[in-house]
Formats: sequence, structure tokens, C-alpha cells
Amino acid sequence: MEPILTKYVREPNSFTLDFYLKHQGYDALKKALGMQPNDIIELVKASGLRGRGGAGFPTGLKWQFVDKKIEPRYIACNADESEPGTFKDHVLMERNPHLLFEGCLIGCWAIGAKVAYIYIRGEFFHVQRVLEAELARAYAKGYVGKNILGSGFDCDIVIHRGAGAYEAGEETALIESLEGKRAQPRIKPPFPAVAGLYNKPTAVNNVETLCNLPPIILNGAEWFTSLGPEKNGGPKLFCVSGHVKKPGVFEALMKTTLRELIFDHAGGIRDGHRLKAVIPGGSSVPILLPDQLDIPASFDDVQKAGSMLGSAGIIVMDETTCMVWAARNLLYFYKHESCGKCTPCREGGDWLYKILTRIENGEGEMRDIDLLVSVGNNIAGKTLCAFGDAAATPALTTVKHFRAEFEAHVREGRCTVPADWRASRMPVGAH
Amino acid sequence: MSFHPLMVYDSERFQKSERARLDEGKPFEFTRERRAILDDMLTKYPPEQKRSAVLGALYLVQEQEGYLTASGMRHVAGILGMTAAEVEDVATYYVMFFRERVGTYVLQVCRTLSCALAGAERVTEALSEKLGIKPGETDPSGMFTLLEFECLGACDRAPIVMVNNEHWHEQASAESCAKLVDDIKARGPAALSGCHLEVER
Repeated sequence: MEPILTKYVREPNSFTLDFYLKHQGYDALKKALGMQPNDIIELVKASGLRGRGGAGFPTGLKWQFVDKKIEPRYIACNADESEPGTFKDHVLMERNPHLLFEGCLIGCWAIGAKVAYIYIRGEFFHVQRVLEAELARAYAKGYVGKNILGSGFDCDIVIHRGAGAYEAGEETALIESLEGKRAQPRIKPPFPAVAGLYNKPTAVNNVETLCNLPPIILNGAEWFTSLGPEKNGGPKLFCVSGHVKKPGVFEALMKTTLRELIFDHAGGIRDGHRLKAVIPGGSSVPILLPDQLDIPASFDDVQKAGSMLGSAGIIVMDETTCMVWAARNLLYFYKHESCGKCTPCREGGDWLYKILTRIENGEGEMRDIDLLVSVGNNIAGKTLCAFGDAAATPALTTVKHFRAEFEAHVREGRCTVPADWRASRMPVGAH
Repeated sequence: MSFHPLMVYDSERFQKSERARLDEGKPFEFTRERRAILDDMLTKYPPEQKRSAVLGALYLVQEQEGYLTASGMRHVAGILGMTAAEVEDVATYYVMFFRERVGTYVLQVCRTLSCALAGAERVTEALSEKLGIKPGETDPSGMFTLLEFECLGACDRAPIVMVNNEHWHEQASAESCAKLVDDIKARGPAALSGCHLEVER
């Protein structure tokens, strides 16, 4: 397919306002400002656009739920891209920042918001500098700010830097962080659409979601749904990383199969190795095995196969990857990033990590494997946000598919799948 | 003062909090330029929501002092109408804030799965060997601090090393690390490869 969101990202100066204006830039905003806000929400609903951040919730519905009786309302753009294996918003913001601004403005017009906050993760400081410079240009040319394009619509965009917290990617935690607090999730309901930022109605949308709005406004809902399988329309960015020859971000339709993404787009597994396992949607989702990859990479099909498309961060592992090690690596991440609000996640994540470390070091017992499953099942579904499920998943899914490998670790008292790319002398990742 | 006749209450031995005490640091006040940046930042949020600027204010303290000091946090609290405890509550949550003195160059190696699959553990190991310190430590000269970091969101160019919370070095390898350290000593952040998206524009 011809890329839509990333069509020009490889061209020099594609991030500038001049370049953007030469390629239909801000045309969608002009068109949108001539439409009734409600009609935009209906259009987005008809397009079936689903949130690109992970949950795949229909964006139009999210906007419809925003309480239009309360002023002011806000858009909070989730640019806290932190899901391991995901790096799509990075390229969008770095190379196509005006597309994001235009998406934010259309969203604000649709729900009647006067400010959009872009919450960007602190580690993307070089990206933030691009955003700030380009935003200043957009302000100077009247695309953002007071009386946008003479329409009488005022809208500001504010870039807000985070400071290193995975949990800030959860929508209510992001709002807490924007308010200057610890990024910890709130109890839902009330949902942000009713009481979000500063207790006002707020729509929290992912960067890629907002970037899909200008093409929808320009080309219509039918065009969007015609791209890709039913209920999974539109272009999608896929991030492929791990043991592939050409890791990268690839824009494709959701009818593309996972196998095509890994073997055609990303060049396949490194030479002399074979595929062992794939995490299809960022580290929080269950593993798929090599024989499960001939399915369309859509929200619904991946879910049917027993996993989730999530943030479309496809992590590929070849046969040199020890699954106990992989689970332990991710559990270190989750125990480190747990916000600490809910006990099952705060304590359970730590225990999963300890048990996995024991098994990986060859000090585990057979009963530890069942203990992993038991602890995991006591986290999943028992926390305020989806982090708990995410933290339990790496342990549960690796035991489910690779139990024999866990047993071999226990039986032989050592790691049975050594690899030349892992630490050779010191226990790093375990301090 | 005793609540039980057999229990020894001894404030020296027992009633000690394990809470890490913050370094008081030098008496703190923002430079005029940084104060202006903060005042500008405050205009972006509703007037009664000054607290929203706390992350930005803490970055400014860190820029000025090299790390977050207790006096810096109190200063921020005063400006934003928060209590010192509220500022500390925020500061201790986010990993990009340093609460003790760090080296001139903080090397933050991404250790999460995609980078690890590409050899991040060996990168940490090589840097650790070259600098003679373990992750989490600062070398005796005070020039380098080595940290392991969680996913930086650049898994296509793994492994990634970030320096001082902003400069990226992509596709690091165990072999290139010794050279990297020497290069940083000679040229500072210019020694880093930078984010490819930035470089290729």
C-alpha cells in the first residue's frame, strides 16, 4: 500500500511547516472548521477508527462520551510511548509533527476543547524540541492559537514533558501526571470523558489515533473503512524489533499478516537462525508461536488467536532466546515500573521476578513453576488498571507455551538456552 | 516513655526511619533565566493549577544543580504553592530525576527486551568494565554514572544508550563501548551517534 501517515517521512525537511503545507497540510483543518462538531464525531464513528494506543477502543465513541455540558474540556494526547517494543509515535512526531497538531485541533473542535496537552515522555527530548519549534511556526502562521484561520475558533496546544514513568501511558495516570502528581491510575468510573484533567471532561487519545483524523476528514469514512478488514480500517503502523534483519516501523493495512510483517517487511529472521516466538503487541500481550502467524494483524484477528494487537510492537525472538530469561527481563521491567498503588501488582510483580530469577539461575524447584502461575493469576484482573494483567502476562504465557524449558532449568540446575548476546560475566539487569 | 515493661525503647537503635534522607544541597534559588522559563511554563496551565508545572520545574532544578536537592525542592514548592512533601512525592516517583549527585555524563543503557535481544546486557557489561563501576554507581573521577534504564522507545536501533536524559546513542555494541567512553571524554555528547531520525533529516 501507499503509506498515508508516513508517506513523506524519509524525505528531507518533511517535518517543516512549508513541506507540510505543500502536501495538503492543514486542508483537513479548514474543512473540519466548516463542519459541525457533532458531524465530525459522527464521521469518526462511521470510519470505525480505533484507538492506536493499545486498547483499540473506537475513537468516535470516546468523543461522544465526553460530557459537552461542562466547560472547559480538554484533549490529552498520549505521547508517552513506553510499551516495550513500540516506537511508532516517535517517527510520527519527529517527522510529521504538523499532522499531529492538525489531529489535535480537529479533535478539539469536535469535542469543543480549547486546549490540547501533548504529554510526551521525557526520554523523547530531541523529539520535543522538533515539536516545540514546529509548534511555534504553526502559531506564527495562525494554524494554532486565537481565531484559527479566521474561523473564530481558539485552540492552544501545549507540550508537556513527562519524566520517565511507563505507567503515565495509562489514561488516568497520564492525567494525574499532567496535574503534577505521581502517575498513578484513578478508580474508574468516573471515566476521563466525564471527569478527567482538572476534573473536567477529557478525551485521552494516542498520537497515531490523532494522526489518522486529517486523512479521515479529507477522504471520508467510507475510504477509511475500505482500507483493511471489517472494523479494522485505516492505515496502521507496525513496529518490528528483535531478531529480524531489518527492524523498523512499517505502515500497512490490518489485513497484512503477521508473517508478512516479519518476513517481508522486516526481512525475516537473522541468517542461520529460526523463529521461536513472537510477542505481537508490545511486551504486555501473550506470545504467539511460529505456526500462528498466518493471520491478519488486526485487533480482532490477533485477539482471536489468543493474544492482542495492543500497540503493534512486534518483538521477534529466535531459537537462541531463553524463555525464562525473556520473562525475567520483562518482569524486571514491570516490577520496576509498577506504580505501587494496588497490592497485587506491586507485591506480585516483585515475587514473579524473584521466582523467575531463581529458576533462571538454576536454583528453582518444580513447584516454583506452578507458583509462578498461581501468583500470576492472582495479579491479573485484580488491579485498578491493565498494568496488573500486563505484568502477569509474560510469566503466564511463557509457562503456558514453554513449560518444558522451565522444567529443564530446574532439572539441570542451569540455564539451558545460552546465547552469545547475553551477559557473559556479571548479572546485569539484576542489580 | 514505655508502652510495655519488657520492651526496650531506644531511639538510637529502634525508632529510626529507613526513609532515605534527601541531600540538603546548597541554598537554592532559580537563576533569572530559569525563573523566566518556569513563569512562561505556568502560563500554559490554568492559573489555579500551578502544580502542573512541577515536572518542568524539577527539570530546571536538576539542570541548575545537577541533581535534586532538598533546598531546590522547597524552592519549587514555594513557587507552585505545594508543600515540600508533595514535591518530594513527585520527585521520588519519576526515574529521570536524580536524588543524589551524579557524574557529568550519565550513561543510561536500555535493558528492556528488544534492546536485550540485541545485546544490551553486553553493552552494560562492557561499559561497566571500562569504567570500573557497577550499574547504579558513579566512577571515582565523578565523570561517569552508569545506569540501566527501561525501554526508551527506539527498539529498531537497539541497543540504545541515552546520555544525560536527552542525547541518544543508537546501535551500541560491546566492542564500541570503550571507544565511546574515550570519545565522550574527548568530545562530550558530540561523540554520540544521535537519534537516526534526527541525523537523517
